[in-house]
Amino acid sequence: MPGVDVRLVDVVKRFGETLAVDHVNLEVQDGEFFSLLGPSGCGKTTTLRMIGGFEEPTSGLIELQGQDVTWLPPYKRNVNTVFQNYALFPHLTVYENVAFGLKRRGGLKDGEIKSRVGEMLKLVELPGFDKRKPNQISGGQAQRVALARALINRPAVLLLDEPLGALDLKLRKQMQVELKRIQQEVGITFIYVTHDQEEAMTMSDRIAVMNRGSYEQLGDPESLYERPTTRFVAGFLGVSNLLPGTADGTAGAYAVIRLADNTRVRVPAALVNGNHNVEVGIRPEKIRLANPDSAASPETNQMRGVIKDASYIGVSTQYIVESRGGSQLTVYEQNVERATRAELWAPGEEVALSWTPEHTFVIKDTTPHDADN
Amino acid sequence: MATATAEGVITRASAPNRIGRAVEHWALPAVTAVAMIYLLIPIVVMIIFSFNDYQGKFNFIWHGFTLYGWLHPLDWPGLPNSLTNSLLIAFVSTVVATVLGTLIGLSLTRYQFRARGAINGLIFLPMATPEIVLGSSLLTLFVSTALPPLNGIVPRGSLFPLGLTTILIAHVMFNISYVVVTVKARLAGFDRHLEEAAMDLGANEWTTFWRVTFPLIFPGVMAAALLAFSLSIDDFVITNFVSGTTNTFPIWVWGIIKNALPVQINVVGSIVFLSAVAFVALTTLRSGRAARIR
Repeated sequence: MPGVDVRLVDVVKRFGETLAVDHVNLEVQDGEFFSLLGPSGCGKTTTLRMIGGFEEPTSGLIELQGQDVTWLPPYKRNVNTVFQNYALFPHLTVYENVAFGLKRRGGLKDGEIKSRVGEMLKLVELPGFDKRKPNQISGGQAQRVALARALINRPAVLLLDEPLGALDLKLRKQMQVELKRIQQEVGITFIYVTHDQEEAMTMSDRIAVMNRGSYEQLGDPESLYERPTTRFVAGFLGVSNLLPGTADGTAGAYAVIRLADNTRVRVPAALVNGNHNVEVGIRPEKIRLANPDSAASPETNQMRGVIKDASYIGVSTQYIVESRGGSQLTVYEQNVERATRAELWAPGEEVALSWTPEHTFVIKDTTPHDADN
Repeated sequence: MATATAEGVITRASAPNRIGRAVEHWALPAVTAVAMIYLLIPIVVMIIFSFNDYQGKFNFIWHGFTLYGWLHPLDWPGLPNSLTNSLLIAFVSTVVATVLGTLIGLSLTRYQFRARGAINGLIFLPMATPEIVLGSSLLTLFVSTALPPLNGIVPRGSLFPLGLTTILIAHVMFNISYVVVTVKARLAGFDRHLEEAAMDLGANEWTTFWRVTFPLIFPGVMAAALLAFSLSIDDFVITNFVSGTTNTFPIWVWGIIKNALPVQINVVGSIVFLSAVAFVALTTLRSGRAARIR
């Protein structure tokens, strides 16, 4: 049965006047790939550094496998880190870099160290690189060495601070798959810091979306994408259309929301949860466009609008539709049936927008957020 | 017409280009050569005259080739003693100043503490102050330790009469400044994540320093030590004030040239120069081989 590997209780970190981390409570499960996702300055790296022991929290408690490590130095924690710029020791060879942790531990024979380093370099697919110096390998290879150097110590938790940030896009994609493979192979808890939502979604079991020193929502990638609960999360993970409205009765299992242009839409009642002022959110790919004269299914939410802009981007077409109430909606339509440009909706055409109520999410917090996107 | 324009452009662009290339090809090497000659002539003359079979007391005029000087390099009264003193003082003051200066450099770049800014500025003072001022004020200080009220605190005979101890103290003092400045320059580009990585991998502060920090700043520390050694072995002005009756090599040379200019001065000078060249060549060769092995 998986237990809790890392627990943060009311962790606060101040740098002078700035509140970098604001009362964070977290539980990371054993063997989990956990991501801290957020824009720069949201406190994700500081949180990671406190788990690693490089920063001391101003207040709060950090537990590692049930042991209070809040005030322990990094070398007394069973945690290893992959640093943002790898921090490979430039004066040591790849072999010496990877063996560094084992040698500090003591009590291991040279032969054992040698075979474990060899094993590790094989795991990260760098056999035969032993004698190279860090300045003689590429960024992607340095990344793998940093990973090997941390994993060889078999830590309880591996901390990764934007480890792919310095790589180009293609290599980054490749390393994402690689990282996930390695994590599953070694079965160690990974805590991964990134500002790249796609990266976090691809790899993580769970994600905490951080903003201004604490996380706004925590969950698996799917629930974060399908049911964001704050404007910030909705905007940070993908594109959303947010339509302000007020609760206006119920209809079966649905709550009815009256939008600004008096259109009534239905949303799952549980999402509204008694709130009056809400924002109804729909992802652009969930909206269907149709001829306004065609008969619409009564199960769907309906809205009228005018095409303002159409951009053909190959796999799909991206429309900007202006509703009667004046709000602009983004709609993605897969280019499946409409193969040629002539068949696309043209700016100025009137369309009917429709989507199923289950595809909506509701944001209760309607205070404006400047950190959107 | 398009072709004509293109040609015109090429012709106009190529004239300054050709001049530029000529400058690159001839002018820069020529200037460099002249500068090198300017720097090296005194040394070449010194080495040539170390083989001079000179007549009389002064080694000024070329009389013929001899190996006498090189076969009897220390054969002049007072020379062995002053040379030993110089080497001893240079060695000890270099070690002390390098250790202290490195620690000061580390603390100034690493830690925030009271008076850090003031110390950062004060460390430059010995370099900026004229040696003659430093020397005379040090002399005042040392002499006053033998007079009330300081003679009650400072043990009798420790700083006055002047001697090796006072020279050492003076040399450590001015050497520290140069060491701090050199080490700080090396530390400026130091990536603190490397130390965090070492600690992350289980090294405590002590191990981290010796396995990661020190190897990485070693070139800077070595450069600082070499600079300190050459400053110390060469110093005349300050040493002259604080040496009392003790001779160092420069003081001895200064004393002897009023009566004689022995060939041994050239020989010792040449040896110092050649050792420096050999040392530089050796380090270059070693780092070159290290680079090739990589």
